[in-house]
Amino acid sequence: MAEIVLMRNFGRQDSHTLAGYRATGGYTAWEKAKGMEPAAITEEVKKSNLRGLGGAGFPTGMKWSFVPKTHTGPVYLVINADEGEPGTFKDRYLLERDPHALIEGMLITARAIRSAKGFVYIRGEYVQPWRIFSGAVKDAYDAGLLGNGFDIVVHRGAGAYICGEETGLLSSLEGKKGWPKIKPPFPAIKGAFGEPTVVNNVETIACVPPIINRGAEWFAGLGTKTQGGTRMYSVSGRVTKPGVYEDSCAVTLRQLIHDHAGGVSHTGKLKAVVPGGGSAAILTADEIDVAMDVDGLKAKGSMIGSAGVVVMDESVSIPEALLVLARFYAHESCGQCTPCRESTGWIYKMVHRIVDGHGRKDDLDTILDVAKRGGGTTICAFYDGAIGPYISYIEKFRGEFEALCRS
Amino acid sequence: MPKLTIDGKEIEVEAGTNLIEAARRLGIEVPHYCYHPGLSIAGQCRLCMVDIEKTPRPSIACNTQAADGMVVHTDTERVRDTRRSIMEFHLINHPLDCPVCDQAGECWLQIYYMKHGLYDPRMTDEKVHKPKAVPLGPHVMLDAERCILCSRCVRFCDEITGTGELGIFHRGDHSEIGLFPGRDLVNNYSGNVVDICPVGALTDRDFRFQVRVWYLDAARSICTGCARGCNIDVHVNRRRPHHAEGKRVARLKPRFNADVNAWWLCDVGRYHYDFVDAPTRLTAPVRRNNAGTAEIAWDEAVSGVAEALRRYSPDQVGVLASPRMANEDLLALRRVLEARAMRQVAYDVPPPALAEGDDFLLRSDRAPNRRGAELIGLGGDTGGLMASARAGRLKCLWVFHHDLLASGWPAADVRQALDRVETLIFTGTNANAISERAQWVLPAAAWVEREGTFTNFEGRVQRFRSAVEPLGQALPEWDLLGRIVAALGGTPAGGRAELWFRELVRTVPAFAGLSYQAIGDHGQLIPGATSAGAPTPPGRRVKVHG
Repeated sequence: MAEIVLMRNFGRQDSHTLAGYRATGGYTAWEKAKGMEPAAITEEVKKSNLRGLGGAGFPTGMKWSFVPKTHTGPVYLVINADEGEPGTFKDRYLLERDPHALIEGMLITARAIRSAKGFVYIRGEYVQPWRIFSGAVKDAYDAGLLGNGFDIVVHRGAGAYICGEETGLLSSLEGKKGWPKIKPPFPAIKGAFGEPTVVNNVETIACVPPIINRGAEWFAGLGTKTQGGTRMYSVSGRVTKPGVYEDSCAVTLRQLIHDHAGGVSHTGKLKAVVPGGGSAAILTADEIDVAMDVDGLKAKGSMIGSAGVVVMDESVSIPEALLVLARFYAHESCGQCTPCRESTGWIYKMVHRIVDGHGRKDDLDTILDVAKRGGGTTICAFYDGAIGPYISYIEKFRGEFEALCRS
Repeated sequence: MPKLTIDGKEIEVEAGTNLIEAARRLGIEVPHYCYHPGLSIAGQCRLCMVDIEKTPRPSIACNTQAADGMVVHTDTERVRDTRRSIMEFHLINHPLDCPVCDQAGECWLQIYYMKHGLYDPRMTDEKVHKPKAVPLGPHVMLDAERCILCSRCVRFCDEITGTGELGIFHRGDHSEIGLFPGRDLVNNYSGNVVDICPVGALTDRDFRFQVRVWYLDAARSICTGCARGCNIDVHVNRRRPHHAEGKRVARLKPRFNADVNAWWLCDVGRYHYDFVDAPTRLTAPVRRNNAGTAEIAWDEAVSGVAEALRRYSPDQVGVLASPRMANEDLLALRRVLEARAMRQVAYDVPPPALAEGDDFLLRSDRAPNRRGAELIGLGGDTGGLMASARAGRLKCLWVFHHDLLASGWPAADVRQALDRVETLIFTGTNANAISERAQWVLPAAAWVEREGTFTNFEGRVQRFRSAVEPLGQALPEWDLLGRIVAALGGTPAGGRAELWFRELVRTVPAFAGLSYQAIGDHGQLIPGATSAGAPTPPGRRVKVHG
């Protein structure tokens, strides 16, 4: 098992306090970063192979470097704490148990991208994380860490999944309906309030202080060749010990289930695993010897996404599991662009009919065809996420669906 | 300027031009719903997908700017397949109620389904139900089930009028267009949302269920609602005269003119046509004397009026022309005046209440041709003319269009003037208090029943064309005035509006160099005039981030 980096303080009673954070070396990275040129910070993060841990896995340093160097107006740093991907609950732990890690990461990031203002967009349902994080922000202001060239605004979402999509989040932050924006322009050029904006996930930014403190090479060495560091896996479903586990990006899905989460519960026999949140394609029991990094899962036709691992044992009905997700996507589609708006509802109706025993076998082909046709045609990645389960659940467990259909 | 290739044809376009517009210039139509050249790019309908070489999957043409060396294909198998899919998505929850939908025949769901869809429908589940026949305001009705959520109407109210009445509410396939709480769609441009709605979701309450669009004919024309002269199409129903209670003019639609109104038309102008088919239309010349009131033939009316004009000395005759008359009519009137050396002419009658302009297209001057009347030299002292009448110095008064008893003048003053005049002549399209007491009534054709030109407030001369025949015996004013010119011994310019216009160009220096051909469909400025172009929409004047 790899070194614990992100959850290093979680065992302390006072991990959420400034004193507790300082006692474990907190804000020393910020002190060090203050002596570094912004470009040097970005360069260090680039070398660390840190990739976005919110879902898309985009190289973080590269994202920072897209902010125009010649821009004279404000640059914003926006933290995506709208953790809504089904099966994902890691950012919640960071906000509650190590809020200053995020604040310190933000200070360093803000220096790298020359931002004077950061926003932390917290999922509406995350009341306790919001309270604790807001308290930490206040303490950081009182200690003079914030307010001297960098400010943080804490903003609460209102419960829409789409507001976790980076540009949907920006629309919502601007006071508009949380509709994703068409790209180009990308947020780094024209983001929040029309200004260059970097949007990063909570966990991603919490990685920044250790990178600065201990160096890019150390961080890169914790992971795989293309993705550095450790990350937090949310493991839920039919496992003996559900929870958040930190390990290297190189850990396998089998290790996570068996070594960390105590193995499969209920029937004890694994049927399927969702490796990276609801939008990741499902893996069958014999596909779990896979490295949990961006490229490893991509090779298996799935994705690491937000690293939300949902384990299903033999007693779980895959059609019913798909129904839950299909309802979720139909309910959460923002409705802005046509393929997603119309087909998430349509597919939900079809899956619902199948689970209810009124399905026809050609419904399955219709769902697959509709999902594939809609893929890649939308404004944001929501629909491409939705078709992950639609297609993989049916293609990998077609027999279970057919058994429910009339001939 | 980037040079790109679309479907094998090269074209050079200005930087910033998107692929829909670049293709349009080559005569290639990229189907789309949410894109509108007058609005911001939304990228929502996903129908305008095209293939761009070296791009892995189809891109939306609306949000892709032409780039140098770009190679675009609008008709690959992949593009056709994508369009079919997008059409299916647009239609799965659509009620398919075309037989009872007013948009049928000009609906872009129908048009694009036939061009780009033609798949076998697979949707067998219950469709999403939404509100139907919801009045949004005085002019617009919403059927949310027909709506494809292109957001054009929402963007129009945000970006053009800046009034922001509309929004899209709820999420997913339950999304629907609606009014913000406490709001109604009551701005002066509300009718435009019906024009830009590509489907039957927003229909005009004025037009609903009146006539099928395939029975309509269109003529290019100019709005007469104010001095701006917005370009319009007049839609008339000649083929189903028993529909719409016999009304021939079915609706007015804006016609694009970058220099005048862009794509838009205000509600004041849009609904300013009821008089054309109103029961008050004057349809035959009338002579009224002690023996009673009689409809007479034009010859008799023309000789009667000519004789009346001859009977009085020129200083006993006053003429109240109208800024609603076309340039051709005003020149013909000038010829009548010249034939008898009459000088007492004016056109400015104060309105009962001063009309207000708005912050966009509508001008406070509600007449279409005041500039023309001024340039043709019919301006005079209206008040003085009326004072002469009241003092008994005028024996004959000829009123064009005006209802003096419903003007800004005190009614008692007007009555006193009319009482002292021996011969009252009225020319106009509709009966009013003046025509009711005039000795001679000469019925005029409405603007949609004839050809002509108006000069707008900036000095832009614009043509309007005949959409229907004049009602009854009504004649274009240049025609009836030309007949009077002949009866007075003069030579009328001719039997067509264009001949009067040619004479106008030849004899009035302000119009020098113009011609019907040069005016074309977009108008021509008189020499020395400058145009500020179509005004910036109020919704764009405040820069909003976004």
